[in-house]
Amino acid sequence: MTLFLLRRLLQTAQVLFIMSLLVFVGVYAVGNPLDMLVDPQATAADTARVAAALGLDQPLWVQYWRFLGNALQGDLGNSFLHGTPALQLIVQRLPATLELAVSALLIAVLLGIPLGLWAGLRPDSFGGRTIMAGSILGFSLPTFWVGLMLIMVFSVHLGWLPSGGRGPTREFLGLEWSLLAPGGWRYLLLPALNLALFKLALVIRLTQSGTREALLQDYVRFARAKGLPPHRVVGVHVLKNIMIPVVTVVGLEFGTLIAFSVVTESIFAWPGIGKLLLDSINQLDRPVVVAYLLLIVFIYTLISLVVDLLYAALDPRVRLAGGQTA
Amino acid sequence: MTSIPPSTTHGAEPLLRVRHLSTRFRNRDGEVTAVDDISFELAAGEVLGLVGESGCGKSMTGYSLIDLVDPPGYVAGGSVRLNGRELRGLPAKAWRALRGDRIAMIFQDPMLTLNPVLRIDTQMVEAVLAHRRISRAEAQTRALDALERVGIPAAAERLRSYPHQLSGGMRQRVAIAIALLNQPDLIIADEPTTALDVTIQAQILYEMQTLCREAGTGLIWITHDLSVVAGLADRVCVMYAGRIVEQGSTAQVLERPAHPYTRGLLDATPAAALARGHHRGEPLRQIPGSAPPLSALPAGCAFRPRCPRANESCLQVPPRVETADGQEALCWHPLSPGEALPEASTAIGVQS
Ligand SMILES: Nc1ncnc2c1ncn2[C@@H]1O[C@H](COP(=O)(O)OP(=O)(O)OP(=O)(O)O)[C@@H](O)[C@H]1O
Ligand SMILES: [Mg+2]
Repeated sequence: MTLFLLRRLLQTAQVLFIMSLLVFVGVYAVGNPLDMLVDPQATAADTARVAAALGLDQPLWVQYWRFLGNALQGDLGNSFLHGTPALQLIVQRLPATLELAVSALLIAVLLGIPLGLWAGLRPDSFGGRTIMAGSILGFSLPTFWVGLMLIMVFSVHLGWLPSGGRGPTREFLGLEWSLLAPGGWRYLLLPALNLALFKLALVIRLTQSGTREALLQDYVRFARAKGLPPHRVVGVHVLKNIMIPVVTVVGLEFGTLIAFSVVTESIFAWPGIGKLLLDSINQLDRPVVVAYLLLIVFIYTLISLVVDLLYAALDPRVRLAGGQTA
Repeated sequence: MTSIPPSTTHGAEPLLRVRHLSTRFRNRDGEVTAVDDISFELAAGEVLGLVGESGCGKSMTGYSLIDLVDPPGYVAGGSVRLNGRELRGLPAKAWRALRGDRIAMIFQDPMLTLNPVLRIDTQMVEAVLAHRRISRAEAQTRALDALERVGIPAAAERLRSYPHQLSGGMRQRVAIAIALLNQPDLIIADEPTTALDVTIQAQILYEMQTLCREAGTGLIWITHDLSVVAGLADRVCVMYAGRIVEQGSTAQVLERPAHPYTRGLLDATPAAALARGHHRGEPLRQIPGSAPPLSALPAGCAFRPRCPRANESCLQVPPRVETADGQEALCWHPLSPGEALPEASTAIGVQS
């Protein structure tokens, strides 16, 4: 187990290193941040002063070397634009994105598994076919379009829900939460639905195909031959088996929920890290972009670690490499 | 072997009485009949061997008896009586109460019948609790007893294992223990030893036989292997293309087969052939051709195209002929006791 974790840690460090290098070079290739930061009317001396202050006068490899040295001490640099530490900027916005992503995930799982089960148990029924057809729509409709439609219908026409912004929040454990504030859910619902749509379709399809496959297995027939009631056959024998792929895929998809919240956040003016990233790319605010991507990579590895542990807990046949049985 | 009178005797109702049972599949391209008008009986404590080639409907017969035929299949008609009670037409709930309690079934592949993500005790306890209002601890004790009865060493430890931690033979023993849990009246064993190696197969056969004799449980043993049947069964049903073409006591069917198909099967069995003076090294006589698919069954007798004795009369569905007391064959011209099949060269009878 310790060996397993250690190996993971090493892999993560490697990925983080390569990632930072790529982003550094990438942002450098896109444009010169000084063009954004310095007034076009400024004198050459002024520009040089700003460049020196930000370290942009140095060759790229020196800049990277400095960044690396600071990063190892936990300092990812200050935002060119705001002057505050980039990581702090991101961490301030992170709870909003996390709350959005977790809500979307819950919607996808809590709706997707029952719908998928239903469709898997009755693949030829009207309900089953409708669910599967709906899931194809969920896959193929572009997120931004669905987001705009949601706003059109629920905010503009029906006037039930606000069209954007985060609304009221309440502090808990030092972070701001929409769900804890009265009426906060009204702001959260539409963006969460929008973000959930694709994952919902994915969970439905996974659950449906898993259920259909499990129903053909001998262990299900044997469970029925034991005289177990259907709720036990489906709820325990089938569900426990299909949870393995569902948890794996959904867990890994959680990372993309955070990463792809960019679109949803900008449609619904949700003040999360996705919106921060877009702004920072526009401004060539390199430290923020680098810090954002490193954080995303870190979250990804953390999630895949949790998924592996969950997987081992769910499937008794799995052993973690280099460790004993879970 | 204790001699048990053939259960076709009249009078008291046998443990299981199957009459004209048919199971069909309704597919896009029409209907096929997988189990075609079969009738047989089974007494308590008796072992019935159900023999036939792959695809002849043995498993479907088993599923039909405990109402586990999956759509698009359905039981099209007939009667199944257990201890005098008609089971066909029972509501799903009543079937559920019967399954695993009065009728248990074991399947072919022990690697696949146990749920891989549930512990053995979970899978055993649920089988008890589905039928008995007893505490979990009592159910656990029952599970332990059942494991010990089927000869599993360190049963308490095995209870806490997952299936993948057990060998194939152990797993099949667990499945058998699960079948025995509620002391059923009838166990349907669908080739439960086919996937195991020969020594373990022999052990399990012997144990099953003893357990069922002791408890008076009726046992239907499905197999494609005539030699298994010879050592195990009191009575034998031979199936071909969904029909029982011959049935009788094991001695009758194996020693004096009346149906040409049974004769052909026996001729193709090494042990039986040797016993008849077949010389080693000579090729065994195989039944020419292969079993027809259900969707293209020949009219009349389905064995007709492969039968050396076939003639025009075989174009009609053959009658059920009682060839000896308690032995019957579905044939226009059954073999008389000891009669051999004509050479294969004469088998160019009536082609479909
Ligand atoms: N969905 C289906 N549609 C049509 N025919 C089917 C369907 N499922 C099974 N069958 C047919 O039912 C017949 C009986 O199958 P069954 O499994 O009972 O055979 P078996 O005697 O148990 O063979 P084996 O020794 O291979 O287990 C087979 O010929 C098979 O083709
Ligand atoms: Mg079978």
